[in-house]
Parts: sequence; structure tokens; C-alpha cells
Amino acid sequence: MTPLLLKSYTASSCLGVGLTATAEALERGCSGLVACAFESVRLDTYIGEVAGVDTQSLPPALRTYDCRNNRLAELALRQDGFLAVVADTAARWGRNRIGVFIGTSTSGILQTELAYRERATDTGELPAAFHYGATHNSFSVADYVRRRCELLGPAAAVSCACASSAKVFASAQRMIESGLIDAAVVGGVDSLCLTTLYGFHSLQLTSRLPCRPFDRLRDGISIGEAAAFVVLERVAAAPAADAVLLLGVGESSDAHHISAPHPEGLGARLAMQAALSSAGLEPEAIDYVNLHGTATPSNDRSESQAVTTVFGGAVACSSTKGATGHTLGAAGALEAVICAISLRAGLLPGGTNTRDVDPLLTAHYLTENRRYPARRVLSNSFGFGGANCSLIFGLAG
Amino acid sequence: MSVLAYVDGIGVLGPGLAGWPDAAACLTGTTPYAPAATILPTPHLLPPAERRRTGRVVKLALSVALETVAHADLNPAGIASVFSSSGGDGLNCHEICTALAEPAREISPTRFSNSVHNAAAGYWSIATGAMAPSNVLCAFDASFAAGLLEALAQVAADRRSVLMIAYDTEYPAPLHAKRPIPDAFAIGLLLSPTRSRVTLASVAAAFTDAPAETLQEPALERLRAAIPAARGLPLLRRLALGEAGSTVLDYLGETRVRVQIESCR
Repeated sequence: MTPLLLKSYTASSCLGVGLTATAEALERGCSGLVACAFESVRLDTYIGEVAGVDTQSLPPALRTYDCRNNRLAELALRQDGFLAVVADTAARWGRNRIGVFIGTSTSGILQTELAYRERATDTGELPAAFHYGATHNSFSVADYVRRRCELLGPAAAVSCACASSAKVFASAQRMIESGLIDAAVVGGVDSLCLTTLYGFHSLQLTSRLPCRPFDRLRDGISIGEAAAFVVLERVAAAPAADAVLLLGVGESSDAHHISAPHPEGLGARLAMQAALSSAGLEPEAIDYVNLHGTATPSNDRSESQAVTTVFGGAVACSSTKGATGHTLGAAGALEAVICAISLRAGLLPGGTNTRDVDPLLTAHYLTENRRYPARRVLSNSFGFGGANCSLIFGLAG
Repeated sequence: MSVLAYVDGIGVLGPGLAGWPDAAACLTGTTPYAPAATILPTPHLLPPAERRRTGRVVKLALSVALETVAHADLNPAGIASVFSSSGGDGLNCHEICTALAEPAREISPTRFSNSVHNAAAGYWSIATGAMAPSNVLCAFDASFAAGLLEALAQVAADRRSVLMIAYDTEYPAPLHAKRPIPDAFAIGLLLSPTRSRVTLASVAAAFTDAPAETLQEPALERLRAAIPAARGLPLLRRLALGEAGSTVLDYLGETRVRVQIESCR
């Protein structure tokens, strides 16, 4: 693929709101996970909740979109001068030449969960104020971002479970390459809700402790929420040396099981190899792999096997989900921004919470931060339904 | 600027429309359109364990996907896919929200696994052994054109054949009152970067602000307006006519999609 510029990027998760807070927390090796006290949920688990979501207000013209997920999107859009860069980009290319592709798994479904508690006792009807299209529907968040950014180009929500907001980079890249658009706002937004908290609990996939990716004692995920956004644009003739570029995208399907990974990580391997091929790079060119690393026993085992098959056992890798929790449909975009931070700061983040790396996992897992001037990094995102996506980012100079 | 692909297969299933030959006859006026509840076939393609777990949305999408690839006589395992749905599995969502409103909040692990928007794509991959990329979109009422644009961009950028399925099923009460989709409906298109012996037509899409084409037959127009996936029916009518022409499809408000069609038969 022709490389694309990450012209601007921002992320908000339990680790921090905006880039500076996120980068500082990564430098310190912090985790944002806390014991679950979300809404009325009573589950023995840890979660990653973003501070200040409930008090965030939407612009009056977009009031019908009001729900936790769009408040989280609004909070993140306001950080790091992101909206100003979107406006500059729109002025340069035209509002109808910029796409919006946002990954989400549950969008504003919390609104429907709450509305079901308020059903009329006689008719069973939902409350009059409940607005399905602007809140619950998967497209709600993409529609919100498109309107908030005052863009008129193509738009879609990508909803491939936990691979959603990695795949938005692929959608945007193809649409730019085909000439339909010149730039895109891509990102991922997923917020805490009862469906995922009780759902992953029903599958016995949540840990009672802060999640420990790649640890010998890992026993499940910690659910988090996040919003992360990137402006992707065609690369100018001579980008700055420290500019971050999208160099490769690779996707595959497991064809194995709706909620369990392929045991040997075959789909994951195909996605990483496709990303390398798309970037025109050999495996040796990758300095660091940001793993999907959810901390379930089977996910980490199959991913480790896939990484070792593609890269051998030498490449440094870690999962940042011990710090952020598994932010589901937002994980791909959040970890893309973490990769950009890593490249710019010369920091390979060690996996927080992991104490005792599972000796059966052959990938070279970092438990401590390492200072290293990485040039190219790869990020993995895999989801239910066997959806796999790998992205490669690198410095321009 | 437009993106072009060759149509190598078409599938349709909906109220009173049992497959592409049937739908083509109704759309060209050769036979009268008689609305009737959509009949969803059993997905024999799936292993029995998976078959038992799947709902209407998976039956619908898999059935139309099979019809779409059958014409081209290709092994579906190697074909990339784009699935686009305005809402996913309405009944499954209703059951989960109902359980979460009860004090015990016990939801079925199978229901939760099937609640992902990409369930149909996942089961298609399991059923056919397809390990090629699959993308799954939602664009509310714009979902047909969003799926078409994503598929056309993949064909153009990656130079590979892409199976595009746009599909919708109904929500039960009480969500039905908020999102009144009347029945199950899906359209499938197999799109390729080069013309071959199975090619039916070429399609080239570009953005426009011209108004969307409507259907003259009142019952078909009601169907087009009621179900997002059926917003693609004007394109199917042009393909059924088998002649050169163009149509405008609904998309995002004032942003619509013009599709130029050339027959390759």
C-alpha cells in the first residue's frame, strides 16, 4: 500500500484523557484498572472506566445523540487540538472528500438496556424519549463524529467485535487508494455497558483481578472503555522525520469458531503476514509488536504461537491491556495511538500487571518499559467471529 | 472520480422475493410482485451445532451469500467479503436486553457470542472455510450504499473479488416500535476487478447530490423505503433490465451514490 500520514491522533481511556496523560501513564507503567462499580453492576471484576464521561455534554444541535458512548466520543474529540486539524484537513481537501470510519462493538446499547428497565407496565412500550437510531444503533457514533466534524464524505461504523477499530484503518486506506476520498477521520469508541460486562462474565472470560496478559496465572480480561481518533491523509512529498505513517494493513478470518480463537493462531498469522506484505517489509523490519493480548488463557496462547511463527522468538512484544483494560471495539484505534506514542517517544511499553511470564508462551514478552528507538511497529487486533487485523506503523524519517 | 467493478453474481431474498430470477421478473414487470412473508431456508452449510445456535439474521445472510456466489462457480473460501446490516440480530438483542432488565441479569453465553454485529460474517467464514478478509459495516439507513462503496473500494484497491451482502431483519416489540423494519431482506453482489465469462454487467459508483431513484411499482417502492438493504433495489432493477443506464441510490442525507451500469451479456 501507499503509506498514509497520521496527521493528528488522540486517545482517552482509563489510563488518561488525551495524549499527554496517556504517554505519562505509559512512561510510569501505571494501570487504570479499578474494582468494578459501574452503574448498578455487581460483578467481581476490574474495569477501565474513563473519568468525566457522565458530565460531558454534547453540542445542543446534536442533543438527540446523547448517550454514554457519544459523550465518550465528544470527550476524546476535544483533546489535543484534534477538531482543529480536522477543520484544516476539510479546508484543504473539501468536506465531501473526507471519510469517517469508526469502530464500535456495542455503540450506545447502554441506552436500550436502561430503556428496557423503564418499559410501560401495561403495554411494554419503551419510553418516548428513547431514540434508537441516534444512540443504540452501531452507526450512531460514526454519524455523531461526522456531524460533529462537519464532514460530508462517506461514513460507516465498522463492527467486527474487538477488531473493529483496527479495520477502520483498512477501510479508509482502500477508499483513499481508490480515489473516492483524500483523507479520513478513523477511530474507535466503545463504552461500558451491561451487555459486555455480564456477557463476558457468562462466558467465564472476565478475571476477578486486574488482567495479566501472558502471565502464567492469567485468567481472563478486564473490560475497559476508550475513544481514540486519527486523521489519516495522503503523505506530502517530504513529511517530517518524526511523522508517524500507516505502512501496512492485513486482515483475515479464522473460519474456526464464533467466540474462540484458532488454536494455532492460523488466522492471526495470516493477518500479520498480510500486513507485512502490504507494507513490503520482512519480519526483521518490525521492532515491536503491540499484542492483542487479552489475558484469556486461549487467546494469548494462540497469539504467542502466531507471533513466534511469523517473527521467531526475538521481537519484543507486549500487551497494553493490563494498563487500559480490553476496550473491545475501541482497542484497535487505542493501541494504534499507543504505537504512535511509542514510536515518537522511543519507548516500548512493558506489559503492566504481568509478573510471571508463562514459560509456555514463546513470544519475547516485555514486563518492563524499554527505551528503544523503534522505527516500525505492528499492532494486532482480533475479535469474535474470527475477525483478525494487523496494522504496521512507522516513523517517516 | 468513480470506482468500477464487474458484477459476477447476484442474490436476493425478501418478502415475496425468493431469489434473483424471481426478483428480476418482478423488478422488470414481467411478473406481478406479490408481497408475502420472507421464507428463510435452513443453513445446511453450517455444522449442526452451529446451525442450532443461529438466528434469522444468519440464515438470511448465508442463504443470499450462497445464491450470489453460485452463479460464478467459484470456491467461496477464497473470496473476501463485506457484510453490511442496519441493525444485526434484533431478536437476540431483545432477549439480552430483557434478561439484563431482570434482577438476576443472567444472559446466555450463546446469545452473547451471537450478539456481535459480525456474527453472520463469522458463520459464513466457518461454513465455507473462508479465511479471506471480511469486513462488517453498519450505516443505519445508509447501510446498502455503505456496503457497496466498501466492496467497490476493496475491488479497486486490492484487485480481488469481493462478496457484498446487505441484509436486515426485524426487531420484535418493544424495539419494533422504535425501529419498524417489517421483515427480513437481503441483497448480495459478487464484484470482481476484471471481466470474465460469468460477468453480467459493470457498475461504476460516484457521489452525487441528485435525488434517489424510486420504484414505480407501489409495493416494491414501499419495500425499498421500509428496509435499508432494499435501498439497493433500483440498482437490481437496472441489472435485471440488462441494458446500459444509471441509477441514484440513497446514502447519507444529501450525499447519494450514482451507479452507472453497462451490460456485459
